[in-house]
Amino acid sequence: MATINDVVIKIATVNGTGSASANGLLRKAIFRMGIPVVGKNYFPSNIQGLPTWYEIRVTGEGYQSRSGRLDIMVAMNAQTYVKDLGDVSPGGWLIYDSTWPRSKLIDREDITVLGVPLSRMCNETFEGARARILMKNIAYVGVVAALLEIDLDIITALLEETFADKSHLIESNMQAIRLGYDYAIENFICPLPKKVAAMDKTKGHIVIDGNTAAGLGCMYAGATVGAWYPITPSTSLMDAFRNFCGKYRVEPKTGKRTYCIIQAEDELAAIGMVLGASWNGARSFTPTSGPGISLMNEFIGYAYYAEIPAVIFDVQRTGPSTGMPTRTQQSDILSCAYASHGDTRHVLLFPADPYECFHMAVQSFDIAERLQTPVMVLSDLDIGMNDWMIPEFEWDESYVPDRGKILSADDLEHMENFYRYLDVDGDGIPYRSLPGVHPKGSYFTRGSGHTKHGGYTENPVDYQDVVDRLLVKWETARKTLPKPDIEYSKFNKAGLLTIGSGHAACVEALDRLREQNVNLNYCRAKAFPFSDEIRQFIEDHEVIYVVEQNRDAQLRSLLILDIEADQSKLISLLHYNGVPINAGFVVDGVLAEISKGRAA
Amino acid sequence: MTYIAKPKVAHPGLPRNKLGLTSRDYEGTVSTLCAGCGHDSVTTAIIQAVFELNIEPHNLAKMSGIGCSSKTPAYFVSQSHGFNAVHGRMPSVTTGANAANRDLTYIGVSGDGDSLSIGLGQFVHAIRRNLNMCYIIENNGVYGLTKGQFSASADIGSKPKKGMANQQEPIDSVSTALSLGATYIARSFSGDKEQLVPLIQGALLHDGFALVDVISPCVTFNDHEGSTKSYAHTRQFYHQVVDMDYVPPAEELKVAYDDGEAMPVELHDGSKIVLRKMDKRYDPTSRASSFKYLRDHFNRGEITTGLLYLDESRKEMHDLMGNVDTPLARLPLESLHPGADELRKILKRYR
Repeated sequence: MATINDVVIKIATVNGTGSASANGLLRKAIFRMGIPVVGKNYFPSNIQGLPTWYEIRVTGEGYQSRSGRLDIMVAMNAQTYVKDLGDVSPGGWLIYDSTWPRSKLIDREDITVLGVPLSRMCNETFEGARARILMKNIAYVGVVAALLEIDLDIITALLEETFADKSHLIESNMQAIRLGYDYAIENFICPLPKKVAAMDKTKGHIVIDGNTAAGLGCMYAGATVGAWYPITPSTSLMDAFRNFCGKYRVEPKTGKRTYCIIQAEDELAAIGMVLGASWNGARSFTPTSGPGISLMNEFIGYAYYAEIPAVIFDVQRTGPSTGMPTRTQQSDILSCAYASHGDTRHVLLFPADPYECFHMAVQSFDIAERLQTPVMVLSDLDIGMNDWMIPEFEWDESYVPDRGKILSADDLEHMENFYRYLDVDGDGIPYRSLPGVHPKGSYFTRGSGHTKHGGYTENPVDYQDVVDRLLVKWETARKTLPKPDIEYSKFNKAGLLTIGSGHAACVEALDRLREQNVNLNYCRAKAFPFSDEIRQFIEDHEVIYVVEQNRDAQLRSLLILDIEADQSKLISLLHYNGVPINAGFVVDGVLAEISKGRAA
Repeated sequence: MTYIAKPKVAHPGLPRNKLGLTSRDYEGTVSTLCAGCGHDSVTTAIIQAVFELNIEPHNLAKMSGIGCSSKTPAYFVSQSHGFNAVHGRMPSVTTGANAANRDLTYIGVSGDGDSLSIGLGQFVHAIRRNLNMCYIIENNGVYGLTKGQFSASADIGSKPKKGMANQQEPIDSVSTALSLGATYIARSFSGDKEQLVPLIQGALLHDGFALVDVISPCVTFNDHEGSTKSYAHTRQFYHQVVDMDYVPPAEELKVAYDDGEAMPVELHDGSKIVLRKMDKRYDPTSRASSFKYLRDHFNRGEITTGLLYLDESRKEMHDLMGNVDTPLARLPLESLHPGADELRKILKRYR
């Protein structure tokens, strides 16, 4: 079927061969043509030599999730060739390097196979083994450009930006692209029936990954202390923070830094550093992933009980245990919500894309300081490491950071007595003092039993007084956290509910279901504890399809635990194989339930 | 750990420091440790050290982990903020606190269990960073709160109250710190205030990581014949001790000795430990010769004390990183980002 601006291209390469820049070039060129585009990485937990894939979804309708279809496979990796061939959707195309003919392996009648002698052409044109490998990967950009009718001028402009001060690289890259482009024009019917054409739908948008956006958000929020232990897939968040700070946080006169990044010895130390810094009044954060959360548990419970702000980014990956570090999941929901021993519960934020990663990064510091408690931002590998097209985020110059209830030296001077854990305002949030401000502000911060005055206790009444007051604070959090996005029509009896990266698939699924006359209402939670609006949404429907990316229906459990949602209404649609969820999965799941007689 | 405030009545004739404060102003709540505990002597030494150094109480931050030693920051300088962290993690909290505010004076009080077992990783990494703090280990070779297990600093052949003598190599904080490049390393004895106070003062004033390992005997669980970290404190009916309130009082030990002499301290139960004051030949600026000296004397059953190593030349954590002089926590947040226009420029790269 001929289409314009609706095509999925997947490139199979070997990691460590420069294919990432070639793929980025392709994706960016399409974006510059004004066409919405999404880029997803499927990469191994390895440095060099293993299979890696990059999937570009060109979507004129502007959807964000994986398509589930594959129109064009660029099979550059002999190791995965057979599998790659099998993955192409019927009617699709396979491009391969015909320097080594593979006619015996081509056993599909339902697709078109296009051989391009990429290695031979590059070996004839370029010198040196490394250059030949790199250029072979750039050459397929030319082939795809010819087949889809991607504007070569835009590709040239992108190369000029990338290699602004290395003009010889612009020339050699362009030469490689031309090799592929010209070969395709001469030997194939270009363009293919599925092609791209310039649009005007990317204005005011950028393509960025969630970790970069979150790192930028931390810089704008005024974070000064970042402590971390490297872990996939969160590492690029701290890398981004470091890069932005390197540019904007160095005093021009002295060359000295207004930020402190500490690579800790492990995650236990990383969170300890965050608590120390926050206790001392700095905005401080740590990025990690599931195994790091497991290690941080004891300190997270401490911060809850001693009431110390902390911002933790959990870029979730596939568990349990080491699991699949380079695959995605939403499987830390419960372990974050109730991290640590004893009665604990923690504020969670659920960004759905890099746009929200930026804004929620800023918000998370405000919330942590306002509530004096850890705030965990639950991103995931899909959001954190993939390329999303999102509206450009703007900085509100009128933004005033919320530092919460911190007493100044003057406040303390005029107080008769300062007691750390008194609920003065009735919102469950006590006042705090910072070290080094005033002798009257001193108190002994402890994880052991304490009274509302801050003293040690083993007295049952005094102990209970404090832990009960923490529940008052919890209800304050419920009222003040970001509200859910809700689409509601009183005519619909069933609703779809999700969090985080499930959003993209759900938005597309709702459209597709509507085309089949299945109309659902929609609720996307942005924070835990769940607000009254979410409680109401569940009450207003006969059936709620809870879409999440883990095996054990953790979001559903959390709804039951936190707001006592009627579990007979909550139908789980669970996607947990490590690949990002797509709309087709949600559509199929809902339709299957309806065919069983479930309300729509 | 009960919480008993001391009455704030001071004799009008008490000496005042340059801030006009008396030593009473540097006290904390009443100690709930066992009577005669070495840790209480260390607390007293800390109070004297801080008082004499004229440190403003609110500019001192008291850090600790978990254990008998880690309770003690409640017993000195009530007008300072304290942070009683989780077990073995005081170094990381102090690292973060110092990262946020380099102007405060950080004193960490830990024990041999807190620093050499559960917290060994954090202890050594704080040294690597040359974190600017005074790190006191109140070393008694035993777990007190859980009633008498050996710690990692127990010496080979040291006998527990029950069971077999320890056969595992001890982890020695001083030689560990020496091998890692700590820049101020001292060892002392809780019963020797004369030596201990100046060592703590030096540690507080040192610009970088300063370790003061203090042999601080546990009168309740490591006080019997055959223990190498013991006063061999005699106490009949001791096997009943489950409730600490039943521990009878013991007298504080006081020793004083001259430079260059090995000092056998006769304890009131008649046993001895040997303390060695710094030898005139000892070179506290050489890691290699210090290490050899310490090991040689350790093998003879002697505990070498004093200022054992000093390197004032190495930069502390902030200076190693090239951070601003102003405490990071005091920088106005609006000065820490480039604003809306610059954000638009940054985002151009993602088009």
